[in-house]
Amino acid sequence: MKILGLLSLLATHLSANSVNIEENAGQFFSSGHTNNWAVLVCTSRFWFNYRHVANTLSVYRSVKRLGIPDSHIVLMLADDMACNHRNPKPATVFSHKNMELNVYGDDVEVDYRGYEVTVENFLRVLTGRLPPSTPRSKRLLSDDRSNILIYLTGHGGNGFLKFQDSEEISNVELADAFQQMWQKRRYNELLFIIDTCQGASMYERFYSPNLMALASSQVGEDSLSHQPDLAIGVHLMDRYTFYLLEFLEDIHPASKSNMNDLFKVCPKSQCVSTPGHRTDLFLRDPGSALITDFFGSVRKVEITMETVNLTDPIEQVEQNFVNEDLQKESYSYVDQLPVSEIIHQGLQLVNNNPGLSHPHLSFTGQSVCCRPSSISSI
Amino acid sequence: VVGVPLWWKTTETYRAWLPVSQINELSNLQVCSCFLLLVICVYIIYLSLHTLSECPCGSLVVYVIPESSSLLPQDVDVYIGQRRTALLRIGGQIRVGKTLDLLLAHLEPRIKQVLQVMSFSHTDITAALSDRVRLSPGNKESIADSMRTFKSSPGYEITFSLLNPDPKSHRLHWDIEGAVQTYIQPLLTKLASVANFSIDSQTLYYAMLGVNPRFDSSLGAYTLSPDSLAHMINPVEARLGSNAASSNPVLNFLLYVPDAQHSPLHIHDSKKQEVPTNAFHSPRWGGIMVYNVDGFYGPEAVFPVDLNINMAKVMGVFLAQLRLLLGVQSPNAPSGFLVAPCSRTGLADWELDRLMWSRSVENVATATTTITSLAQLLDQIGNIVINDNIAEQVSSAVTSLQLAVAELEAGNLRFALQYSKEAILASERAFFDPSLLHLLYFPDDQKFAIYIPLFLPMCVPILLSLLKIVSDARQKRREKQAKKD
Repeated sequence: MKILGLLSLLATHLSANSVNIEENAGQFFSSGHTNNWAVLVCTSRFWFNYRHVANTLSVYRSVKRLGIPDSHIVLMLADDMACNHRNPKPATVFSHKNMELNVYGDDVEVDYRGYEVTVENFLRVLTGRLPPSTPRSKRLLSDDRSNILIYLTGHGGNGFLKFQDSEEISNVELADAFQQMWQKRRYNELLFIIDTCQGASMYERFYSPNLMALASSQVGEDSLSHQPDLAIGVHLMDRYTFYLLEFLEDIHPASKSNMNDLFKVCPKSQCVSTPGHRTDLFLRDPGSALITDFFGSVRKVEITMETVNLTDPIEQVEQNFVNEDLQKESYSYVDQLPVSEIIHQGLQLVNNNPGLSHPHLSFTGQSVCCRPSSISSI
Repeated sequence: VVGVPLWWKTTETYRAWLPVSQINELSNLQVCSCFLLLVICVYIIYLSLHTLSECPCGSLVVYVIPESSSLLPQDVDVYIGQRRTALLRIGGQIRVGKTLDLLLAHLEPRIKQVLQVMSFSHTDITAALSDRVRLSPGNKESIADSMRTFKSSPGYEITFSLLNPDPKSHRLHWDIEGAVQTYIQPLLTKLASVANFSIDSQTLYYAMLGVNPRFDSSLGAYTLSPDSLAHMINPVEARLGSNAASSNPVLNFLLYVPDAQHSPLHIHDSKKQEVPTNAFHSPRWGGIMVYNVDGFYGPEAVFPVDLNINMAKVMGVFLAQLRLLLGVQSPNAPSGFLVAPCSRTGLADWELDRLMWSRSVENVATATTTITSLAQLLDQIGNIVINDNIAEQVSSAVTSLQLAVAELEAGNLRFALQYSKEAILASERAFFDPSLLHLLYFPDDQKFAIYIPLFLPMCVPILLSLLKIVSDARQKRREKQAKKD
C-alpha cells in the first residue's frame, strides 16, 4: 500500500519535473503567498498535561523539517515538561511509546514560555499590538502575502479554550482577533488547527475570509489521548495529532498532497471522536491548496535576467586613523576586596588582642575601580 | 438615586473622541480621479537644441525633433533619457505650414506611448492600490509584480552575505565596504526620500546548499535546475540572522561561492539554457548569486587559494535585483524606443518619480484602510478604552492624509510622499497601540448576571419602603381631602 503510494508520488514528481515554466508560473499565482508563518500554542501546564506539550513540539518539528525557519515560528509553551522533577528522563519530551522520538531535542526555540503564555499575549501576537520593546522573535511579522498556520492544543469546552488553568479564550474573541488581522491584511490565507475537547466550537464563529479550520472533535465530544507510556507514567500524545503527524511524515517539501487529504486524517475508527473541518470561508477550492502551502515554506523563485553594467572602480574608503596622541591605555581589574590582607590583618589583631571577638578591619586606601596600570599578575 | 448613575459611570470605559465623519469622508474618496496631474512640456525644436533645462520633480519634458535630424540613430524614433527627458522624432508627413493644433494632434499617439513607458498607467494604479482592491486573476504580470515588490515601509534592512562552504580550498576576500559605498549607496541616497536603508554584511562559513547539483558532462559543469532553486533558500535562512532591534523588512543578498568539488556551478533556466547572470531572486525576500572561482586557479594551486571577488560584477546583479524588489520595473519599451542605460546611481529620475508616486498612493490607500477599520472596530466593540494619545494619532493621520491627497492633486510629489509617510506612521501607531486590546470578552448579559444578585436583594426593601412612603402620602392626602370635605 505504502509502496504504491511511494511509486505514484515518484511518478508525479518526475512528471512535474518535465513540465515547463508555464506550470511553475501557474503554481506561483495559484497560492498567492510568498512566505509562511506558524503560531503553535500549548495552553496547558503541569505534568499530567505532558501530551499537549508533546503535541505542540511534534507539530513544531514537522513544520521545521518542511522548511519554515525559527524566525518565522512563534512557539508558546509552558515548557515545564523537560526539566520537571517528575520526568524520569530529564531534558527530553517523547512523543512515541518506548521513547522512540525525542521531540525536545537541542534546538527548540520557545518564544513565550512559562507564565508568558496568556490569552493577552496570544491575542497581542495575532493582532500585532505588542509593546515597542518586544524583540523580533516574539512578533508575528506577517504581511498580506503570508500564509499562517495556527495550532492550538489544550483543554477546551463548548466555545472556550482554557489557558494555563487560570483563564480562557472564547470563540468570539478568537474570531474578532482574526477579523482584526484581516482588516490589517496580516495574512493571505490562514489554517487553524485545534486539538481539544469540543474543538469544533472554536471555529463556529469565524467570519473573516480566507480561513480554513480543522478540529479534532465536534461539540459534545471529547478528544482522547493516544497511548500511555508506562515508564514515563503519562499519556504521550493525543490521537488526532498522532495521526496528523503520521500523515505529515510522508510529506516532503516538493510534495503535491492537498488539503482534501488532510481532512481524511484520523477517521472516527481511529480517533473515536469525529474530526471536523470548515472551508466555507476559504476562497480557493481546498483541493487546490497544497499541504506545503501552510506546513512548509516553499519559496517562489525567479531567474534574474538583467544586470546593471557598473564600470566605476571601487573608491577607497578613507580610513580615519586614530590620532597619534591618544595612547592606548591598558586596563586591568583591581582586586575588588583585598581578601588576603583582611585575613592577614584579622589574624594579626586576634593574635595581639585575644579579647577581641570582632577584628576591626581597616582598608588600605585603594580605590575599587579600573585604573591604567602596567600589566599586573591577577 | 445616587447608586445607579454612580454604577453607570464607574463601569463605562474611557473613550476619547474620534473624527469619525472625516474618516468616512476619506474612505469614500475617489482615488483614481485626482492623481494624474503630470506637467508635460513639449518643446518643438527645428533648428537647434536648447540647453536641456532641469525639470522639476513630477514633470516630463519631451523634445520634438524633425525627421531629418541626426541626433538619433536611423531606426530609433524615441530616446528616453535619464533625467525626465525624452526625444521624439516627428513623422515624415508633417510640413512646416500646418498649425500647432494639428501638429499636437499628430504627435498625440506617440506622446501617449512615451507616457506609457515613463509615467504611470492604469496597471500601476491598480498595483499600488492592491491592498484595497484584490486583483482578479487576469493580468498575471501585474500580479507577479505586486507579489514581488516589498510593501511600502518606512525603512528597510539590506544584508549582504558571502557564503563560503569550503574555507579549506578558498580564502575569499571581498571589499564589501568599498563596493557598497561606490555602487549601492548612490542608489540608496537617491531613494532617501522614499525610505531609510540600513546595510550590513556578513560571511558565513560551511553554509551548504540544500540541493545536490547535477553534473552535466556535456558542459563539464554542475547545473541547478529551476525546480531545485526553490529549496535552496530555506536551509540557509536559519543561519542568516537579522537585526533584532527593528521590525523593518529585510532584503537578503547572498553570494555563494561553490566548493572546489562542485565547481563550476551554473544555473539553468527551464529551457536548459545557462543563465548569464547566474543568479535568481525570491519575491519579498532577496536574491542569490552563484560566483564561480574555478577559473582563477589551476589544478596545481596550493590550497587554500587567496581569491579576490570582482565586486563590480556582483554588485551589478545585486543592484538589478534590488531595483526589482523595490518596485522599479524595467520598462517594456515598444520597438523603435531607445532607453538610456542605467546611470551610476542605477535609477533614472523618471523612475524615481514613478516610484515616489506609487509609494504615495500605496501609503494613502493603506493609511485610509487602517483608519477606517480602526474606526469600525472601535465602534463595534464598546468595551475598548480609547486613550487620548490614540485620538491624537488618528487626528494627525487624518490631517496628513488630507494634505497628502491635496499635494498629489497639485502634483508636488515630494511633499505628497512626505505627508503620506507621516499619515502611515500615525495610523500604524494608532492601530497597533498596545492599549487597544479588547481583552475581556464581557458581554452585556454577563454584566447583568453579575450585578443583579448584588443589587436585587438591596433593591427589594428600598422599593418596598418607597411604595410604603407613596401609599402613606396618598392616604394622608385622602384624609386631608376627607377633612376638608
